[in-house]
Amino acid sequence: MSNPQTFQIQEISAHPGPVPGQGTRREEEVCKYIDVTTCIGCKACEVACVEWNSHPFRETTFDNTYQTMPSTEWNYWNLIKFAEDERDGNLMWLMRKDQCMHCEDPGCLRACPADGAIIKYENGIVDFQQDNCIGCGYCISGCPFDIPKFNEKTKKVYKCTLCSDRVGQGLEPACIKACPTGCLHFGTKSDMVQIASSRAKQLREQSGFANAGVYDPASIKGTHVIYVLHDIKSPERYGLPANPTIPASYTVWKWLAKPTGLLMAGLGLLAVFFHRVSVGPKLPQPEEPLPVEPQPDTLEAKRKEQP
Amino acid sequence: MSTSVERFDERARRQADRVGSTTVRRGELLRHPVYTRVLHWLVAIAFVLSLLSGFALYSPWLFRFLTPIFGGGAMTRFLHPWFGLFFDIFFVFQFLNWFAPMAWTEADRRWLKRIKEYTTNKDKLERENVGFFNGGQKLYFWAIVLSGVLFLVTGLLMWFDHLMPRWIVAVSYVVHDLAGLLMLAGFIVHIYEGTAAMPGTFRAMTNGTVTQKWAWTHHPAWYRDVTGRDPRESYDRERRRQLERERAVERWEREQDAREPLSDDRVP
Repeated sequence: MSNPQTFQIQEISAHPGPVPGQGTRREEEVCKYIDVTTCIGCKACEVACVEWNSHPFRETTFDNTYQTMPSTEWNYWNLIKFAEDERDGNLMWLMRKDQCMHCEDPGCLRACPADGAIIKYENGIVDFQQDNCIGCGYCISGCPFDIPKFNEKTKKVYKCTLCSDRVGQGLEPACIKACPTGCLHFGTKSDMVQIASSRAKQLREQSGFANAGVYDPASIKGTHVIYVLHDIKSPERYGLPANPTIPASYTVWKWLAKPTGLLMAGLGLLAVFFHRVSVGPKLPQPEEPLPVEPQPDTLEAKRKEQP
Repeated sequence: MSTSVERFDERARRQADRVGSTTVRRGELLRHPVYTRVLHWLVAIAFVLSLLSGFALYSPWLFRFLTPIFGGGAMTRFLHPWFGLFFDIFFVFQFLNWFAPMAWTEADRRWLKRIKEYTTNKDKLERENVGFFNGGQKLYFWAIVLSGVLFLVTGLLMWFDHLMPRWIVAVSYVVHDLAGLLMLAGFIVHIYEGTAAMPGTFRAMTNGTVTQKWAWTHHPAWYRDVTGRDPRESYDRERRRQLERERAVERWEREQDAREPLSDDRVP
């Protein structure tokens, strides 16, 4: 969570009306590029993340792998995931730094019902504002990468901020700074895509990874954290979804069902009101006093009356 | 099952009548006993709270206006499932209390066919086979049963979302909202019919009584059951009595008019 004044906001969750100042400032899209082929699984980024964000050290879970714990946690935003894989009859040890992907089309933001609890900046960072979070957990089901995590004590949801507080001061995220092998890079989206593409090309042409490629899924309009993978054809091996999607129900629900529902409720109230005005109440019969013949009210009737 | 429910219901009614009471005056009929009235308002209060807090979460346009009522967004989120749970619990009792008279019958099918005449007030008197509840009331009741079940199931899935797969929770949001809209539609009509559309109805849920006139107009078969009189005959007799009274008043007025010049002469 950073001061929202630092960056220009592009999108605000569940916000009626326009975003203040939208489109008044030019901002370069930022991106983190992770080259999994040069990651050595040292977990320096995990430590840097915990340190910079002043998270308490938490218990680790040993499950016969090198992984610190099964998944990211509300106060553990950066996790190296270890996977054992087979390639040409040989073991391949895949290490991937798991964290928020900062999607261009964030499912968490789409699902969020609280005004201003999730904001997306022009530079692509998706940031949670815990002050506005109501702890409903909709974002958790909205995320295709299983990133937002609920804190039972504070009843709020937390996730990686892409160190928006550091980036706002012109610094790289803490994990980037800590990486000893240089497999983590940070810069503008276009630069990172270019570097990642040339690295993938190098892997394909010189290192014998014919399927190497850049993971920047188009199904959510790209992400602001991109990977170079040995095998782009099967990202599932690294624990990444091949086609991350936001449940279609969110689109139907938020942009169709909700406004339609409100409109129908409004029309229903109007209908009831005008029913009372025009048709009128249904009185116990016989009415008292009995209704008399209606008065003529048209011009024609009045003209007939006057000879 | 039904007999034990009836026995439970009977005991609850008797105990409620011992605490509260319903006064039936001349020309009135007992419509709802104390137990039913209390249950109705418990359900109603829980429903309105659920509706307001739910609408705050439902719509970004209402979030800012409705969450402060419950102490902010987080508090609204915390309270909403509890309001809903209370609504469902109270409604279970109302269901047991009412599911027998709410059974759908041939008369209700016919009532539904004449819904146009009903809403445009073409039928001043209900058809003779309309009993304690009419087809519309029964529809609303079963709509509440349906959406009450949907609310409970999807609500629990959303409450314990961390135990559920992602897509189930995502579908639950939509189903929960659709159930809410179904309820809201019924709710608007229910309040309107109970107050402005049919004068004399609201007191059935406050005093517990209605006038006999109201009964033979809106629920003729029920009127026949409780009084043993024919609703049409009662209506005709009342109409004749009214006409006679009007004629008598007219006659008296004419006599007054005829006498007036005399009284003018007497003024010194």
